[in-house]
Amino acid sequence: MLPSARATLMAALDSGWADPRRLHAEGRRARAQLDQARELLAYGLGVRPPEVSFLPGGPAALRAGLEGLRYAGRRRGARMVATAVEHSAILTTGRYHAAQADNALLFAEVGVDRVGRVDLPALEDAISVPGTVLAAVQSANGEIGTRQPLERAHELCRAHDIPLLVDAMASLGRDSTPVHFDVLAGDARSWGGPAGLGVLVVPERTRWRRPGPASEVEHGRTDVEPVVAIALAAAEAWRQTQANRVVEAARSAALIQRLRAAAADLRDVDVVGDPDDRLPHVLTFSLLYVDGEALVTELDRRGFAVGSGSACTSSTLEPSHVLAAMGVLTHGNVRITLPLNAIAPTIDEDVDRFIAELPDAVAVVRAQLGASDL
Amino acid sequence: MNEIEVDARGLRCPLPVIRLAAAARDAPDGTRITVLTSDPAARHDIPAWCRMRDHELIEIAQVFDPTYLRIVVVVRSQTSNASGGGSGSARSSTAM
Repeated sequence: MLPSARATLMAALDSGWADPRRLHAEGRRARAQLDQARELLAYGLGVRPPEVSFLPGGPAALRAGLEGLRYAGRRRGARMVATAVEHSAILTTGRYHAAQADNALLFAEVGVDRVGRVDLPALEDAISVPGTVLAAVQSANGEIGTRQPLERAHELCRAHDIPLLVDAMASLGRDSTPVHFDVLAGDARSWGGPAGLGVLVVPERTRWRRPGPASEVEHGRTDVEPVVAIALAAAEAWRQTQANRVVEAARSAALIQRLRAAAADLRDVDVVGDPDDRLPHVLTFSLLYVDGEALVTELDRRGFAVGSGSACTSSTLEPSHVLAAMGVLTHGNVRITLPLNAIAPTIDEDVDRFIAELPDAVAVVRAQLGASDL
Repeated sequence: MNEIEVDARGLRCPLPVIRLAAAARDAPDGTRITVLTSDPAARHDIPAWCRMRDHELIEIAQVFDPTYLRIVVVVRSQTSNASGGGSGSARSSTAM
Protein backbone atom coordinates (compact mmCIF):
# COMPACT_ATOMS: atom_id res chain seq x y z
CA MET A 1 0.00 0.00 0.00
CA LEU A 2 1.18 3.53 -0.76
CA PRO A 3 2.37 5.45 2.34
CA SER A 4 -0.13 8.26 1.65
CA ALA A 5 -2.97 5.72 1.37
CA ARG A 6 -1.90 4.19 4.67
CA ALA A 7 -1.92 7.62 6.34
CA THR A 8 -5.40 8.27 4.92
CA LEU A 9 -6.58 4.89 6.17
CA MET A 10 -5.32 5.53 9.70
CA ALA A 11 -6.85 9.04 9.83
CA ALA A 12 -10.16 7.85 8.39
CA LEU A 13 -10.42 5.06 10.97
CA ASP A 14 -10.75 7.87 13.52
CA SER A 15 -12.94 10.25 11.53
CA GLY A 16 -15.03 7.89 9.40
CA TRP A 17 -15.86 5.08 11.80
CA ALA A 18 -19.61 5.71 11.94
CA ASP A 19 -22.36 4.03 9.92
CA PRO A 20 -22.81 6.25 6.84
CA ARG A 21 -26.58 5.57 6.85
CA ARG A 22 -27.09 7.26 10.23
CA LEU A 23 -28.18 10.87 10.49
CA HIS A 24 -25.98 12.00 13.37
CA ALA A 25 -22.93 14.16 12.72
CA GLU A 26 -20.50 11.21 12.77
CA GLY A 27 -22.69 9.28 10.35
CA ARG A 28 -22.94 12.24 8.00
CA ARG A 29 -19.16 12.66 8.09
CA ALA A 30 -18.66 9.00 7.18
CA ARG A 31 -21.23 9.39 4.37
CA ALA A 32 -19.38 12.45 3.04
CA GLN A 33 -16.10 10.52 3.01
CA LEU A 34 -17.65 7.57 1.20
CA ASP A 35 -19.20 9.91 -1.38
CA GLN A 36 -15.86 11.65 -1.82
CA ALA A 37 -14.09 8.32 -2.44
CA ARG A 38 -16.74 7.28 -4.97
CA GLU A 39 -16.61 10.60 -6.83
CA LEU A 40 -12.84 10.49 -7.10
CA LEU A 41 -12.77 6.93 -8.42
CA ALA A 42 -15.72 7.51 -10.77
CA TYR A 43 -13.98 10.53 -12.22
CA GLY A 44 -10.78 8.52 -12.69
CA LEU A 45 -12.63 5.65 -14.35
CA GLY A 46 -14.55 8.01 -16.64
CA VAL A 47 -17.99 7.09 -15.29
CA ARG A 48 -20.65 8.67 -13.05
CA PRO A 49 -20.56 8.14 -9.26
CA PRO A 50 -23.83 6.11 -9.08
CA GLU A 51 -22.31 3.68 -11.57
CA VAL A 52 -19.50 2.79 -9.11
CA SER A 53 -20.01 0.34 -6.22
CA PHE A 54 -17.51 -0.76 -3.58
CA LEU A 55 -17.33 -4.49 -2.87
CA PRO A 56 -15.10 -6.47 -0.50
CA GLY A 57 -12.28 -7.14 -2.96
CA GLY A 58 -11.68 -7.43 -6.69
CA PRO A 59 -12.68 -11.08 -7.13
CA ALA A 60 -15.95 -10.40 -5.27
CA ALA A 61 -16.64 -7.46 -7.60
CA LEU A 62 -15.84 -9.57 -10.64
CA ARG A 63 -18.11 -12.41 -9.52
CA ALA A 64 -20.90 -9.95 -8.73
CA GLY A 65 -20.47 -8.44 -12.21
CA LEU A 66 -20.84 -11.88 -13.76
CA GLU A 67 -23.82 -12.94 -11.68
CA GLY A 68 -25.69 -9.68 -12.32
CA LEU A 69 -25.27 -9.90 -16.09
CA ARG A 70 -26.28 -13.55 -16.03
CA TYR A 71 -29.39 -12.84 -13.96
CA ALA A 72 -30.39 -9.86 -16.09
CA GLY A 73 -30.14 -12.05 -19.18
CA ARG A 74 -32.03 -15.03 -17.75
CA ARG A 75 -34.98 -14.77 -20.17
CA ARG A 76 -32.59 -14.90 -23.06
CA GLY A 77 -30.58 -17.88 -21.81
CA ALA A 78 -27.91 -18.90 -19.33
CA ARG A 79 -24.85 -19.46 -21.48
CA MET A 80 -21.65 -17.61 -20.58
CA VAL A 81 -18.45 -17.15 -22.55
CA ALA A 82 -14.99 -16.35 -21.14
CA THR A 83 -11.40 -16.52 -22.31
CA ALA A 84 -9.45 -19.52 -21.01
CA VAL A 85 -7.06 -17.16 -19.19
CA GLU A 86 -9.66 -15.29 -17.11
CA HIS A 87 -9.37 -15.01 -13.33
CA SER A 88 -10.46 -18.11 -11.46
CA ALA A 89 -13.38 -16.11 -9.99
CA ILE A 90 -14.86 -16.19 -13.52
CA LEU A 91 -13.83 -19.70 -14.50
CA THR A 92 -14.91 -21.46 -11.31
CA THR A 93 -18.26 -19.62 -11.28
CA GLY A 94 -18.91 -20.43 -14.94
CA ARG A 95 -18.02 -24.09 -14.48
CA TYR A 96 -20.13 -24.23 -11.33
CA HIS A 97 -23.25 -23.00 -13.13
CA ALA A 98 -22.68 -25.40 -16.03
CA ALA A 99 -22.21 -28.30 -13.60
CA GLN A 100 -25.31 -27.33 -11.60
CA ALA A 101 -27.38 -27.38 -14.79
CA ASP A 102 -25.64 -30.57 -15.91
CA ASN A 103 -24.99 -28.85 -19.23
CA ALA A 104 -21.37 -28.26 -20.23
CA LEU A 105 -22.52 -26.01 -23.10
CA LEU A 106 -23.57 -23.32 -20.62
CA PHE A 107 -19.97 -22.22 -20.12
CA ALA A 108 -17.61 -21.79 -23.08
CA GLU A 109 -13.89 -21.13 -22.58
CA VAL A 110 -12.30 -19.47 -25.60
CA GLY A 111 -8.72 -20.42 -26.36
CA VAL A 112 -5.68 -18.15 -26.56
CA ASP A 113 -2.53 -18.17 -28.66
CA ARG A 114 1.04 -18.84 -27.52
CA VAL A 115 1.36 -15.32 -26.02
CA GLY A 116 -1.99 -15.63 -24.22
CA ARG A 117 -4.10 -13.39 -26.48
CA VAL A 118 -7.69 -14.42 -27.07
CA ASP A 119 -8.64 -15.97 -30.41
CA LEU A 120 -11.13 -13.33 -31.66
CA PRO A 121 -12.79 -15.45 -34.39
CA ALA A 122 -13.33 -18.18 -31.77
CA LEU A 123 -14.75 -15.56 -29.39
CA GLU A 124 -17.18 -14.43 -32.08
CA ASP A 125 -18.22 -18.03 -32.77
CA ALA A 126 -18.80 -18.58 -29.05
CA ILE A 127 -20.94 -15.47 -28.51
CA SER A 128 -22.97 -16.25 -31.66
CA VAL A 129 -24.50 -19.31 -30.02
CA PRO A 130 -28.15 -18.60 -29.08
CA GLY A 131 -28.77 -18.29 -25.35
CA THR A 132 -25.46 -16.54 -24.66
CA VAL A 133 -25.90 -13.78 -22.08
CA LEU A 134 -22.39 -12.40 -21.51
CA ALA A 135 -18.72 -12.54 -22.47
CA ALA A 136 -15.84 -12.04 -20.01
CA VAL A 137 -12.51 -10.71 -21.28
CA GLN A 138 -9.77 -9.30 -19.03
CA SER A 139 -8.01 -6.03 -19.89
CA ALA A 140 -4.65 -7.74 -19.37
CA ASN A 141 -3.48 -10.89 -17.66
CA GLY A 142 -1.84 -10.31 -14.27
CA GLU A 143 0.17 -13.48 -14.53
CA ILE A 144 1.76 -13.03 -17.94
CA GLY A 145 1.12 -9.34 -18.69
CA THR A 146 -0.41 -9.80 -22.15
CA ARG A 147 -3.11 -7.22 -22.99
CA GLN A 148 -6.35 -8.35 -24.59
CA PRO A 149 -7.85 -6.61 -27.65
CA LEU A 150 -10.76 -5.06 -25.73
CA GLU A 151 -11.82 -2.64 -28.46
CA ARG A 152 -12.25 -5.47 -31.00
CA ALA A 153 -13.86 -7.75 -28.44
CA HIS A 154 -16.34 -5.02 -27.53
CA GLU A 155 -17.18 -4.41 -31.20
CA LEU A 156 -17.90 -8.13 -31.67
CA CYS A 157 -20.01 -8.22 -28.51
CA ARG A 158 -22.00 -5.16 -29.58
CA ALA A 159 -22.64 -6.66 -33.01
CA HIS A 160 -24.18 -9.69 -31.28
CA ASP A 161 -25.87 -7.66 -28.51
CA ILE A 162 -23.86 -9.43 -25.80
CA PRO A 163 -22.64 -7.46 -22.75
CA LEU A 164 -18.87 -7.49 -22.18
CA LEU A 165 -17.56 -7.97 -18.63
CA VAL A 166 -14.00 -6.67 -18.27
CA ASP A 167 -11.70 -7.75 -15.45
CA ALA A 168 -9.23 -4.89 -14.97
CA MET A 169 -7.80 -6.18 -11.69
CA ALA A 170 -4.29 -6.44 -13.14
CA SER A 171 -4.18 -3.16 -15.01
CA LEU A 172 -6.02 -0.39 -13.14
CA GLY A 173 -3.51 2.23 -12.05
CA ARG A 174 -0.63 0.60 -13.92
CA ASP A 175 -1.91 0.80 -17.48
CA SER A 176 -4.42 3.00 -19.34
CA THR A 177 -7.94 2.72 -17.93
CA PRO A 178 -10.23 0.54 -20.07
CA VAL A 179 -13.01 2.33 -21.93
CA HIS A 180 -14.44 -0.63 -23.86
CA PHE A 181 -16.72 -2.50 -21.44
CA ASP A 182 -20.30 -2.96 -20.31
CA VAL A 183 -19.33 -3.95 -16.77
CA LEU A 184 -15.88 -3.37 -15.23
CA ALA A 185 -14.28 -4.85 -12.10
CA GLY A 186 -11.08 -3.82 -10.37
CA ASP A 187 -9.13 -4.21 -7.13
CA ALA A 188 -7.57 -1.34 -5.14
CA ARG A 189 -4.39 -3.35 -4.60
CA SER A 190 -3.45 -2.92 -8.27
CA TRP A 191 -3.12 0.84 -7.83
CA GLY A 192 -1.37 0.77 -4.45
CA GLY A 193 -4.52 0.88 -2.33
CA PRO A 194 -5.45 -1.35 0.61
CA ALA A 195 -6.56 -4.97 0.38
CA GLY A 196 -10.29 -5.55 0.77
CA LEU A 197 -11.67 -3.08 -1.74
CA GLY A 198 -13.08 -4.04 -5.11
CA VAL A 199 -14.78 -1.66 -7.52
CA LEU A 200 -17.69 -2.72 -9.68
CA VAL A 201 -18.69 -0.35 -12.49
CA VAL A 202 -22.13 -0.86 -13.99
CA PRO A 203 -22.92 1.93 -16.49
CA GLU A 204 -26.53 3.04 -16.66
CA ARG A 205 -26.93 1.64 -20.20
CA THR A 206 -26.07 -1.92 -19.06
CA ARG A 207 -28.80 -4.39 -18.15
CA TRP A 208 -27.57 -5.76 -14.85
CA ARG A 209 -29.49 -7.09 -11.85
CA ARG A 210 -28.22 -8.65 -8.67
CA PRO A 211 -29.84 -12.03 -7.97
CA GLY A 212 -31.39 -12.37 -4.53
CA PRO A 213 -33.39 -9.95 -2.39
CA ALA A 214 -33.18 -6.24 -3.11
CA SER A 215 -30.45 -4.37 -1.27
CA GLU A 216 -30.01 -0.69 -0.52
CA VAL A 217 -26.25 -1.01 -0.10
CA GLU A 218 -23.97 0.41 -2.80
CA HIS A 219 -26.75 1.13 -5.33
CA GLY A 220 -28.14 -2.35 -4.80
CA ARG A 221 -25.08 -4.13 -6.16
CA THR A 222 -24.02 -5.86 -2.93
CA ASP A 223 -25.35 -6.49 0.56
CA VAL A 224 -22.00 -5.91 2.26
CA GLU A 225 -21.43 -2.40 3.65
CA PRO A 226 -18.07 -0.99 2.51
CA VAL A 227 -15.56 0.10 5.15
CA VAL A 228 -15.40 3.86 4.71
CA ALA A 229 -11.75 4.19 5.73
CA ILE A 230 -10.68 1.52 3.23
CA ALA A 231 -12.64 3.18 0.41
CA LEU A 232 -11.11 6.56 1.23
CA ALA A 233 -7.59 5.11 1.35
CA ALA A 234 -8.20 3.45 -2.02
CA ALA A 235 -9.30 6.77 -3.49
CA GLU A 236 -6.20 8.51 -2.12
CA ALA A 237 -3.99 5.77 -3.62
CA TRP A 238 -5.77 6.17 -6.96
CA ARG A 239 -5.20 9.95 -6.91
CA GLN A 240 -1.48 9.53 -6.35
CA THR A 241 -1.00 6.57 -8.72
CA GLN A 242 -2.88 8.27 -11.55
CA ALA A 243 -0.85 11.45 -11.14
CA ASN A 244 2.37 9.45 -11.63
CA ARG A 245 1.10 6.73 -13.95
CA VAL A 246 2.81 7.63 -17.21
CA VAL A 247 6.22 8.22 -15.62
CA GLU A 248 5.81 5.13 -13.45
CA ALA A 249 4.82 2.94 -16.43
CA ALA A 250 7.83 4.06 -18.47
CA ARG A 251 10.12 3.36 -15.54
CA SER A 252 8.60 -0.10 -14.92
CA ALA A 253 8.74 -0.97 -18.62
CA ALA A 254 12.46 -0.13 -18.77
CA LEU A 255 13.18 -2.34 -15.74
CA ILE A 256 11.05 -5.17 -17.15
CA GLN A 257 12.94 -4.88 -20.44
CA ARG A 258 16.22 -5.45 -18.59
CA LEU A 259 14.77 -8.34 -16.59
CA ARG A 260 13.36 -9.86 -19.76
CA ALA A 261 16.74 -9.72 -21.49
CA ALA A 262 18.40 -11.29 -18.43
CA ALA A 263 15.81 -14.10 -18.33
CA ALA A 264 16.16 -14.75 -22.08
CA ASP A 265 19.92 -15.23 -21.56
CA LEU A 266 19.32 -18.22 -19.28
CA ARG A 267 19.65 -21.69 -20.76
CA ASP A 268 16.41 -23.54 -21.64
CA VAL A 269 13.98 -20.79 -20.84
CA ASP A 270 10.48 -19.98 -22.10
CA VAL A 271 9.92 -16.23 -21.63
CA VAL A 272 6.17 -15.99 -21.58
CA GLY A 273 3.63 -13.46 -22.89
CA ASP A 274 3.58 -10.76 -25.55
CA PRO A 275 6.96 -8.95 -25.62
CA ASP A 276 5.46 -5.53 -26.43
CA ASP A 277 1.67 -5.28 -26.07
CA ARG A 278 1.69 -5.95 -22.35
CA LEU A 279 1.43 -4.53 -18.85
CA PRO A 280 4.52 -2.50 -18.01
CA HIS A 281 5.26 -4.09 -14.62
CA VAL A 282 4.90 -7.88 -15.02
CA LEU A 283 7.32 -10.51 -16.33
CA THR A 284 6.94 -14.29 -16.40
CA PHE A 285 9.31 -17.03 -17.53
CA SER A 286 9.58 -20.80 -17.15
CA LEU A 287 12.79 -22.78 -16.87
CA LEU A 288 13.24 -26.37 -17.99
CA TYR A 289 14.45 -28.81 -15.33
CA VAL A 290 13.69 -26.40 -12.49
CA ASP A 291 11.42 -27.03 -9.53
CA GLY A 292 9.33 -23.85 -9.22
CA GLU A 293 8.95 -24.20 -5.47
CA ALA A 294 12.71 -24.66 -5.00
CA LEU A 295 13.47 -21.61 -7.13
CA VAL A 296 10.94 -19.42 -5.30
CA THR A 297 12.50 -20.56 -2.02
CA GLU A 298 16.05 -19.97 -3.28
CA LEU A 299 15.15 -16.46 -4.48
CA ASP A 300 13.36 -15.77 -1.19
CA ARG A 301 16.53 -16.78 0.68
CA ARG A 302 18.34 -14.14 -1.37
CA GLY A 303 15.72 -11.52 -0.46
CA PHE A 304 13.45 -11.58 -3.53
CA ALA A 305 9.71 -12.21 -3.32
CA VAL A 306 8.51 -13.66 -6.64
CA GLY A 307 5.39 -15.57 -7.62
CA SER A 308 5.07 -18.83 -9.53
CA GLY A 309 2.42 -20.59 -11.59
CA SER A 310 4.04 -24.00 -11.25
CA ALA A 311 1.97 -26.88 -9.93
CA CYS A 312 4.29 -27.53 -7.00
CA THR A 313 3.68 -24.00 -5.68
CA SER A 314 -0.12 -24.28 -5.75
CA SER A 315 -2.34 -25.75 -3.09
CA THR A 316 -4.11 -27.91 -5.67
CA LEU A 317 -0.86 -29.20 -7.26
CA GLU A 318 -2.34 -28.17 -10.62
CA PRO A 319 -0.26 -25.87 -12.83
CA SER A 320 -1.47 -22.36 -13.67
CA HIS A 321 -4.47 -22.51 -16.00
CA VAL A 322 -3.04 -19.50 -17.83
CA LEU A 323 0.28 -21.16 -18.69
CA ALA A 324 -1.53 -24.40 -19.58
CA ALA A 325 -3.96 -22.60 -21.94
CA MET A 326 -1.03 -20.96 -23.73
CA GLY A 327 0.83 -24.23 -24.22
CA VAL A 328 3.99 -22.99 -22.54
CA LEU A 329 6.18 -24.70 -19.98
CA THR A 330 4.49 -24.68 -16.57
CA HIS A 331 7.28 -25.97 -14.37
CA GLY A 332 10.14 -23.81 -13.12
CA ASN A 333 7.89 -20.78 -13.44
CA VAL A 334 8.80 -17.38 -12.03
CA ARG A 335 6.50 -14.36 -12.01
CA ILE A 336 7.88 -10.92 -11.24
CA THR A 337 5.44 -8.12 -10.38
CA LEU A 338 7.24 -4.81 -9.85
CA PRO A 339 5.83 -2.73 -7.00
CA LEU A 340 5.10 0.97 -7.48
CA ASN A 341 8.17 3.13 -7.02
CA ALA A 342 6.52 4.96 -4.11
CA ILE A 343 6.21 1.60 -2.31
CA ALA A 344 9.68 0.32 -3.21
CA PRO A 345 12.08 3.29 -3.53
CA THR A 346 15.11 0.99 -4.02
CA ILE A 347 13.57 -0.86 -6.97
CA ASP A 348 16.41 0.00 -9.40
CA GLU A 349 19.07 -1.48 -7.15
CA ASP A 350 16.84 -4.46 -6.37
CA VAL A 351 16.48 -5.22 -10.08
CA ASP A 352 20.25 -4.91 -10.57
CA ARG A 353 20.87 -7.36 -7.77
CA PHE A 354 18.18 -9.75 -9.05
CA ILE A 355 19.75 -9.79 -12.52
CA ALA A 356 23.16 -10.46 -10.96
CA GLU A 357 21.92 -13.33 -8.77
CA LEU A 358 19.35 -15.04 -11.00
CA PRO A 359 21.77 -17.23 -13.05
CA ASP A 360 23.37 -18.60 -9.88
CA ALA A 361 20.01 -19.24 -8.19
CA VAL A 362 18.86 -21.20 -11.26
CA ALA A 363 22.12 -23.17 -11.38
CA VAL A 364 21.75 -24.07 -7.69
CA VAL A 365 18.24 -25.50 -8.05
CA ARG A 366 19.10 -27.33 -11.29
CA ALA A 367 22.11 -28.92 -9.60
CA GLN A 368 19.89 -30.04 -6.69
CA LEU A 369 17.87 -32.09 -9.18
CA GLY A 370 20.94 -33.44 -10.97
CA ALA A 371 19.77 -31.63 -14.10
CA SER A 372 22.85 -29.48 -14.78
CA ASP A 373 23.93 -31.40 -17.89
CA LEU A 374 20.62 -32.18 -19.59
CA MET B 1 13.47 -48.51 -34.22
CA ASN B 2 14.88 -47.93 -30.79
CA GLU B 3 12.23 -47.86 -28.05
CA ILE B 4 12.54 -46.71 -24.44
CA GLU B 5 9.93 -46.58 -21.67
CA VAL B 6 10.27 -44.06 -18.84
CA ASP B 7 8.00 -44.87 -15.92
CA ALA B 8 7.69 -41.59 -14.03
CA ARG B 9 4.42 -42.39 -12.27
CA GLY B 10 4.28 -40.95 -8.77
CA LEU B 11 6.90 -38.30 -9.57
CA ARG B 12 5.97 -34.61 -9.50
CA CYS B 13 7.09 -31.86 -11.85
CA PRO B 14 9.74 -31.26 -12.99
CA LEU B 15 10.99 -34.83 -12.40
CA PRO B 16 9.05 -36.54 -15.25
CA VAL B 17 10.57 -34.11 -17.76
CA ILE B 18 14.01 -34.55 -16.21
CA ARG B 19 13.73 -38.37 -16.49
CA LEU B 20 12.59 -37.99 -20.09
CA ALA B 21 15.45 -35.60 -20.91
CA ALA B 22 18.00 -37.93 -19.31
CA ALA B 23 16.70 -40.82 -21.44
CA ALA B 24 16.73 -38.65 -24.57
CA ARG B 25 20.23 -37.30 -23.97
CA ASP B 26 21.97 -40.57 -24.82
CA ALA B 27 19.40 -41.88 -27.29
CA PRO B 28 20.06 -41.94 -31.06
CA ASP B 29 17.95 -39.94 -33.50
CA GLY B 30 14.55 -41.52 -34.07
CA THR B 31 14.32 -43.20 -30.68
CA ARG B 32 10.72 -43.54 -29.54
CA ILE B 33 10.30 -42.76 -25.85
CA THR B 34 7.08 -43.58 -24.01
CA VAL B 35 6.63 -41.71 -20.72
CA LEU B 36 4.14 -42.89 -18.13
CA THR B 37 3.23 -40.10 -15.74
CA SER B 38 0.63 -39.22 -13.13
CA ASP B 39 1.79 -35.60 -12.85
CA PRO B 40 -0.93 -33.16 -14.06
CA ALA B 41 1.74 -30.72 -15.28
CA ALA B 42 3.30 -33.28 -17.65
CA ARG B 43 0.40 -32.91 -20.09
CA HIS B 44 1.60 -29.34 -20.70
CA ASP B 45 5.30 -29.62 -19.95
CA ILE B 46 6.29 -32.56 -22.14
CA PRO B 47 4.84 -30.86 -25.27
CA ALA B 48 6.65 -27.66 -24.23
CA TRP B 49 9.89 -29.62 -23.78
CA CYS B 50 9.47 -31.07 -27.28
CA ARG B 51 8.99 -27.56 -28.70
CA MET B 52 11.94 -26.06 -26.81
CA ARG B 53 14.30 -28.94 -27.63
CA ASP B 54 13.00 -29.68 -31.15
CA HIS B 55 11.84 -33.21 -30.44
CA GLU B 56 8.66 -34.65 -31.89
CA LEU B 57 5.48 -35.17 -29.89
CA ILE B 58 3.55 -38.20 -31.13
CA GLU B 59 0.63 -38.60 -28.75
CA ILE B 60 -0.80 -38.00 -25.31
CA ALA B 61 -3.19 -40.71 -24.17
CA GLN B 62 -5.13 -40.99 -20.93
CA VAL B 63 -5.07 -44.40 -19.28
CA PHE B 64 -7.71 -45.22 -16.69
CA ASP B 65 -7.77 -47.34 -13.56
CA PRO B 66 -5.17 -46.54 -12.40
CA THR B 67 -5.24 -43.08 -13.97
CA TYR B 68 -2.09 -41.87 -15.66
CA LEU B 69 -0.93 -40.38 -18.96
CA ARG B 70 1.02 -42.21 -21.64
CA ILE B 71 2.99 -39.69 -23.70
CA VAL B 72 5.03 -40.74 -26.73
CA VAL B 73 7.83 -38.64 -28.18
CA VAL B 74 10.46 -39.26 -30.84
CA VAL B 75 13.98 -38.00 -30.24
CA ARG B 76 15.28 -35.75 -33.00
CA SER B 77 19.00 -35.19 -33.53
CA GLN B 78 20.23 -32.81 -30.92
CA THR B 79 22.40 -30.06 -32.28
CA SER B 80 22.86 -28.01 -29.14
CA ASN B 81 21.50 -27.61 -25.67
CA ALA B 82 20.94 -23.89 -26.07
CA SER B 83 17.39 -22.80 -26.53
CA GLY B 84 15.46 -19.57 -26.68
CA GLY B 85 11.88 -20.64 -26.90
CA GLY B 86 11.96 -22.87 -29.97
CA SER B 87 10.10 -22.66 -33.23
CA GLY B 88 6.69 -23.60 -31.91
CA SER B 89 6.01 -26.27 -34.52
CA ALA B 90 5.02 -29.13 -32.23
CA ARG B 91 1.44 -28.90 -31.02
CA SER B 92 -0.19 -31.00 -28.41
CA SER B 93 -2.44 -33.66 -29.89
CA THR B 94 -4.67 -35.12 -27.27
CA ALA B 95 -6.30 -38.51 -27.48
CA MET B 96 -8.59 -39.30 -24.61
